[in-house]
Amino acid sequence: MGALNHKFNENILITSLDKLLNWSRSGSEWYFQFGLACCAIEMMSAAAARHDLERFGAMPRSSPRQADVMIVAGTVSLKMATRVKRLYEQMAEPKYVISMGSCANSGGPYWQHGYHVLKGVDQIVPVDIYIPGCPPRPEALIEGLLHLQKKMREEHVLAKKEV
Amino acid sequence: MQEHYGIALAFGLVAFLLMYVGFIIQKLISPKNKTELKMDTYECGEVPEGEGWLQFNIRFYVVALIFIIFDVEVVFLFPWAVVFKDMGFLTFVEVFVFVLILMVGLAYVWVKGDLDWVKMKLKYGAGRYSASRLHEAETK
Repeated sequence: MGALNHKFNENILITSLDKLLNWSRSGSEWYFQFGLACCAIEMMSAAAARHDLERFGAMPRSSPRQADVMIVAGTVSLKMATRVKRLYEQMAEPKYVISMGSCANSGGPYWQHGYHVLKGVDQIVPVDIYIPGCPPRPEALIEGLLHLQKKMREEHVLAKKEV
Repeated sequence: MQEHYGIALAFGLVAFLLMYVGFIIQKLISPKNKTELKMDTYECGEVPEGEGWLQFNIRFYVVALIFIIFDVEVVFLFPWAVVFKDMGFLTFVEVFVFVLILMVGLAYVWVKGDLDWVKMKLKYGAGRYSASRLHEAETK
């Protein structure tokens, strides 16, 4: 933690500063592209010209060091799961995870007989937003990102955490 | 005139200080959580293997040298191509001489056998590249 994180009681100055910081954070959800299966096609489509995620400040990054949000788009096989975990650990704070599509949410069509599929990415990383669908349309991903923005705006950066 | 220097100095100072203000604010409010995994080398999610310092083959040096020569040639040729029409015959001769010198260099490198990855013409090569062993291999 930085020297000033969660150190102050809430007052007008601190909450305003928090609002500013949260606004700047939520306005640049650079996402770590984690295209693992067909959901990745929808994610690419969401980032491309028609749906244009950059309207919301969301921008694809290829390195976890530059990313704020990890969009797990697709089937997380057990082999990939260790990598997912490692890459999540290598992201800089603050970090968020969006689980996109049925496979990442719960294993999806593989949940019963998929011997090689992780039954939900939330078993290895803390997920903030779940997006249902198989695969979800780009609009759904956009809604997920907007929900995450809402979540980010309610965070405490300088103010003490609520008990 | 004098006050302009003052303005420039003020601009410079503000720019210089802003940089450090940014650094300090970042230090104070950015959340940090330096875990071992995070500080580890990023290798696309794989566990990094070995050192970052690798020994490269010395032959890459020659390749890099040749590359730089022709890289610079291109850097000079592009502006020349832009103004060529206006400058006339003399510039053509000049560039021709320039390219010719580089071609001589290329010919030299070629004759010396540096364009070959596996040097076949090494006079004093060691091991399996030595002249005597190559000769043996050819006569077999």
